Amino acid sequence: MIWTELLNRLFADRHQVTCEGELLRGTAQLDGETLAIVGTTGHAAIGVELALAQARAVLDTVHAHPGRAILLLVDTQGQRLRRRDELLGINRYMAHMGLCIELARRRGHRVLGLVYDQALSGGFITSGLIADACDALPEAEIRVMRLPAMARVTKIDESRLAQLAEANPVFAPGVENYVAMGGVRALWRGDLAAHLRAALADTPTTDERARDGASRGGRLLAADVARRVAEA
Amino acid sequence: MSTTTYSFAESTARERVARLLDAGSFTEILGPSERVMSPHLAQLGVPSSFDDGVVVGEGLLGGQPVLIAAQEGEFMGGGVGEVHGAKLVGLFQRALRTRPAAVLVLAESGGVRLHEANAGLIAVSEVMRALLATREASIPTLMLIGGANGCFGGMGLIARCADQVVMSDAARLAMSGPEVIESSNGVEEFDSKDRALVWRTTGGKHRYLIGDCDVLVEDDVAAFREAALGLLQAARPLTLEALEQEHAMLAARIQDFGDCFDAVDIWRRLGVADAERVVDLDAARIRALKPQTREGVRP
Repeated sequence: MIWTELLNRLFADRHQVTCEGELLRGTAQLDGETLAIVGTTGHAAIGVELALAQARAVLDTVHAHPGRAILLLVDTQGQRLRRRDELLGINRYMAHMGLCIELARRRGHRVLGLVYDQALSGGFITSGLIADACDALPEAEIRVMRLPAMARVTKIDESRLAQLAEANPVFAPGVENYVAMGGVRALWRGDLAAHLRAALADTPTTDERARDGASRGGRLLAADVARRVAEA
Repeated sequence: MSTTTYSFAESTARERVARLLDAGSFTEILGPSERVMSPHLAQLGVPSSFDDGVVVGEGLLGGQPVLIAAQEGEFMGGGVGEVHGAKLVGLFQRALRTRPAAVLVLAESGGVRLHEANAGLIAVSEVMRALLATREASIPTLMLIGGANGCFGGMGLIARCADQVVMSDAARLAMSGPEVIESSNGVEEFDSKDRALVWRTTGGKHRYLIGDCDVLVEDDVAAFREAALGLLQAARPLTLEALEQEHAMLAARIQDFGDCFDAVDIWRRLGVADAERVVDLDAARIRALKPQTREGVRP
């Protein structure tokens, strides 16, 4: 879904979000409450500049509007794959965005992620998965890597990977698999504003994803293994 | 005193832990005998490991209690899957209960384990949140990076969430591996076979000079131990002021070096004399260069 349509369906005309390059930022109103909107569009490749701009938007919200809820709109092809970004330490820029979200959370901001188009690999970790909860539209696409690249790295034949992907939710792309594993809380169908309203009213303050993954049958061991290490 | 050095890069995860901590003090949690391993690899016809490629537990460092995790690069490149990630999450959660002097992570990882990609991606974000909760409790989190496979992808993100980063000059820290960049944007963009280029771009010396690594050591387990001992009190509270400083530094870095084509250009601009010679210098000489650079004089 294109971002303008998404915002219209979420907020009708009650939003002031602008697009600068691939960065979306601004505010929107729901039931009289103002939300900060930070996101990307155009299947953005997250390079050092874009990661820094996302972090700036979060920090500005923490400075100027204590407690204001933050909605992260996710559409990314992942981190930018350039030598220059690595030279400059892109992992630190992306981690910085994650740290800014963490700070916002600690200061009482609810932080929600919404994958409205595409979410790939590292770009997803520091834009949506680091939120208190991340939801997705049913037509969104979430994956770590495209199959040809995955075949090269794992040295498993691409056709075999494609075949395995049909039955194996742990590495196959697809938003339903992320719901089963607890990484995505729910898929928003129909009235998007109603879903957002419900998500804002029920934002977890602790990380519940491993428990969700176990109860939904998609990630049976994570919660139990973590508990055993913590309590041994 | 013995002059024998043990290469960190060439040691296994268990050897690193045993030699880094006070002798005989390590107790492993969910060790190989518990056979807690990935439920997913067998389905793909890939061999599993009884510890899923990560050693976690507790011990003493200079007499002080610490929690420690060590990734085994020999098993799937240290890739993070469901169980591997959960062991790391559990270790940080344990820290909130036992309040150790630090949590040490001996990181060696290509990032998310592609064979269980979805679980690994979620796990990386769970480790980040668990680590940050530990930081919030003022328990220092230390990343010690010295394995031959480097620290990439999701682990590269996790590393830069920690309070302190220690690297050897043989170590690498980055986001995307050179092979991945080369396969997407061509050999002209990043020649993954050019080892000197790969090390200049992602290696410990560059990370230290540009400020992404706090302590640079030789490839010697004892040197990592000394560095960790010196950082047991080195918690960095996550405050708005601290993140504004970080932000300003990262913005200045793009301003100052965004047009540089090669690490040598950056080192030269940092004020390093004879920047071409950096690749030949040992860790002690690189450390001696730091006060003369722009990064060295920044607060």
